[in-house]
Amino acid sequence: MAVSMQVDIVSAEGEIFSGKAEMLFAQAADGEVGIMPHHTQFLSQLKPGTVRVVSGDEEDHFYISGGIIEIQPSMVTVLADSAIRAADLDEAQANAAKQRAVEAMDNAKSDTDIARAQVELAEAVAQIQAITKLRDRLHKTGMA
Amino acid sequence: MAGGSKEIRAKISSVTNTKKITKAMEMVAASKMRKAQARMEATKPYVEKVKRVIAHVAGAHPEYKHPYTQPRATVKRVGLVVISSDRGLCGGLNSNLFRAILPKLKAWQEQGVVVELALVGNKSQTFFRSYGGNVIATVSDLGDTPHIGDLVGTIKVVLDKFDQGDIDEVHLASNEFVNTMTQKPTVQMLVPLQAEENTNDGQWDYLYEPDAPTALNLLMRRYIEATVFGAVVENASCEQGARMVAMKSATDNAGDMINELKLSYNKARQAAITAEISEIVAGSAAV
Repeated sequence: MAVSMQVDIVSAEGEIFSGKAEMLFAQAADGEVGIMPHHTQFLSQLKPGTVRVVSGDEEDHFYISGGIIEIQPSMVTVLADSAIRAADLDEAQANAAKQRAVEAMDNAKSDTDIARAQVELAEAVAQIQAITKLRDRLHKTGMA
Repeated sequence: MAGGSKEIRAKISSVTNTKKITKAMEMVAASKMRKAQARMEATKPYVEKVKRVIAHVAGAHPEYKHPYTQPRATVKRVGLVVISSDRGLCGGLNSNLFRAILPKLKAWQEQGVVVELALVGNKSQTFFRSYGGNVIATVSDLGDTPHIGDLVGTIKVVLDKFDQGDIDEVHLASNEFVNTMTQKPTVQMLVPLQAEENTNDGQWDYLYEPDAPTALNLLMRRYIEATVFGAVVENASCEQGARMVAMKSATDNAGDMINELKLSYNKARQAAITAEISEIVAGSAAV
């Protein structure tokens, strides 16, 4: 029986694989790497591609759209991205977030207008109620 | 008297309708909470594994130290990421969080520290719109199944500011899910990372691909994204839990109110009948 290492493949939205394996292949930043137990410490960006996990006669394939691989002598951790990532895509989303912040502050006026209208409405209702009560009381005392 | 009982009857039917709605909302929240909790559990392995890798990195003896692990000497500006819900009717969930944030904001203000806000969720936007504050990024309408992709832009705005030296610390304010009944508002420091105690004794360093800054930068960013995403998912569980409890008490209150109204309705009815009988008796006695 060959020596094995602990392999964990996770993404932000769930666990993908966890178990023992004898060998693992992945697309690291500078090309494909094959990892066996007692590999030296290694940290790399992962390119989109397949991660192959070999244990005994079984071989599992996982497609990941990018991420990070960390290797310790007795374990391998693959942190897979759950969303498709690219620098310009991230940039576009950052700009969208900024834009929303600006818009949210611009909308402040219309929202305060609504809030003010609500307060005025509540005051008017309270006044009507007060008048009605007063009239009722006058009515009753008039009757008596 | 008949008019009074008619009014009470109308009120009973309106309260009954309200009770039906709150009961339905309670049950919807209960079912959504179970799903939200499952999603919360699903995000945990990733955060744990990233933390483990970061602990390994902290245990190594790298030549390159990443800026996110280095506290800055002077803190002049801080970024605060606030995670709130999109919708209301969830008890004091959001207001408790804002109440926990305010002392922090005051303390920073006293020290002359400028706060830049990144807001997740409609409720925090509404709050800071009236409270005031320097908002640099917002995201809302994440729905019941938030995706990490929706948060990337907002986090990037904050981290880019940190990279450029515009802000010196990043804090995260969100609700912690203790159990269905209890949510705990927390404010924690996100950047610089508080590295765990160095337990490894080895004098080793990683082999990096393509190079140390790129690989570590990616790792740190993924860690922060995962932490914020985890907080968003946890907040979603809190929201459903709080809503369930709030709607349950509303349903109970509506039930009590209906009972009281029924009692006064019956009293009014009884009085009307008594009056009618005495009128008939008086009438027959007169004949």
